[in-house]
Amino acid sequence: MSLIIGRPHISLKNLNVYYGHLQVLKNITLDIPDRQITVIIGPSGCGKTTLLKTLNRLLDSVEGVRVEGRVLVDGEDIYSPGVEVTRIRKKMGLLSQRPQVLPMSIYDNVAYGPRIHGLKNKQQLDQIVERYLRIAGLWDEVKDRLSEPASRLSLGQQQRLCLARGLAVEPEIILGDEPTSALDPQSSQNVEKCLLSLKSQYTVLLVTHILRQARRIADYIVFLYLGEIVEHGPAQEVLNNPRDPRTKAYLSGEIS
Amino acid sequence: MTNYLWRLRKEIWASKFMGLSSSLPVFLILLMLLGLFLKAKPLFVLKPLSQIIFSSHWLPLKGHFGLWPFIMGTLWVTLLALFIAAPISLFVAIFLSEYAPSGIREIARPMIDLLAGLPSVIYGVWGVLIIVPFVGRYLAPLFGTYSSGYSVLAGGLVLAVMILPTIIHVILEIFRAIPQAVREASLSLGATKWETIKHVLLRQAAPGILAALVLGLSRALGETMAVLMVVGNVVQVPRSLFDGAYPLPALIANNYGEMMSIPLYDSALMLAAAILLVLVIIFNLIARLILLRVEKGLR
Repeated sequence: MSLIIGRPHISLKNLNVYYGHLQVLKNITLDIPDRQITVIIGPSGCGKTTLLKTLNRLLDSVEGVRVEGRVLVDGEDIYSPGVEVTRIRKKMGLLSQRPQVLPMSIYDNVAYGPRIHGLKNKQQLDQIVERYLRIAGLWDEVKDRLSEPASRLSLGQQQRLCLARGLAVEPEIILGDEPTSALDPQSSQNVEKCLLSLKSQYTVLLVTHILRQARRIADYIVFLYLGEIVEHGPAQEVLNNPRDPRTKAYLSGEIS
Repeated sequence: MTNYLWRLRKEIWASKFMGLSSSLPVFLILLMLLGLFLKAKPLFVLKPLSQIIFSSHWLPLKGHFGLWPFIMGTLWVTLLALFIAAPISLFVAIFLSEYAPSGIREIARPMIDLLAGLPSVIYGVWGVLIIVPFVGRYLAPLFGTYSSGYSVLAGGLVLAVMILPTIIHVILEIFRAIPQAVREASLSLGATKWETIKHVLLRQAAPGILAALVLGLSRALGETMAVLMVVGNVVQVPRSLFDGAYPLPALIANNYGEMMSIPLYDSALMLAAAILLVLVIIFNLIARLILLRVEKGLR
């Protein structure tokens, strides 16, 4: 049963994820709509981050993890053998909880991805760096100090730099793992604004525990509880008329 | 109020006492240097310091105490050991921290730490039994020269093996301190593991790796027993890896207490010790300078 309108960008089919004997995700079947902001909400420890990391196969580097079921991106099963993992990851930009700038200059942070994928032309790199720093709303703040270490930026600026860095490899999907949780309200707002402006070209999948944030930017909501999807649907429906009593309880603050 | 004064007084005492304790290491180094130079002073009456250091003329019975062969012996053996140990320890640490499954890591870690704690005489015996014949019988003919096996190369090899575990241990800790999220940031951009290590982890860990290498170097400079058992203890400035050498610590350990009837011999040994101490300090300073430059590029 698909509740979304239009073509799904990512489809999860009977996804189970185990850490050793512990089952973290239980039989997840879900379609994530193309070019909308999908927000996954749920109390901490419910499997939100695991779900996100399943999508770009970052779970691969965790020992003792077992993934069952299918994850289709653009119709391709990313867990089928022979899939090029780096190509899958290149399709998705990741924003982590705390901004993780790489130990290099602001310029090199953005140029890192394109360089890894073989771009050497200085002029093209210059263009890419400027273009994505502008999209992330950071260009005017950093254009005169591109060669400074990225770690000198404020946390809010760092997170926008991470966004620019992720966009520079030209992904189709943006994954955000509570990307504003370490930021002050002003910086959070900047990041949210960026995400809203990006949804016309990118599929955005965001994990958050801030309900107000979900209300502000979500088109589609998924409520995850104890590793199961309890309810999902268009944001207004789920947020205003939740059908499941657990969703009601979470939205009213009784489960957290 | 009186309670507050009492607490304040304790606070002051505590800080003073700890401050005093922390100044102890600094004082000790200065005191050692001073003591060694005072003991070596009678030697300077004969010749200026620079002539003693840069002269290769070692004839204690005639009053010639040129220390240059010993200084060069120390530098050859130590730097060779570092050149051998640095890349190997880096590879081992990277493998164990980034590639090895946790089972292998958990076995390897305590074994490496055990190696770091072995008495150096064991390394010495192993060097004499295995490394020295190996160098003399196989390596030297391979390079078309003759060597007894007791050589700079044997010393460097044994020393490299001795400092490996220390360096590996420190580099492993440094890699462990890098948050997983940094690796994920690079991987999520489509970088491979190796690209992530090369461009991100090594950069992030650079200051720490340097510190680990200096720790190894300092240990190598001062290592006495194992080295003196395999380098041959020949008074000469080595010209090739297959030549024998006579590092400073070996000179001091071999002769202290025995040759004291020769006039000024004890002063010469004290000077040798002082030079060794200065070498350690110089290497540490150089490392610190490099560290400053590296960190400037990162933060």
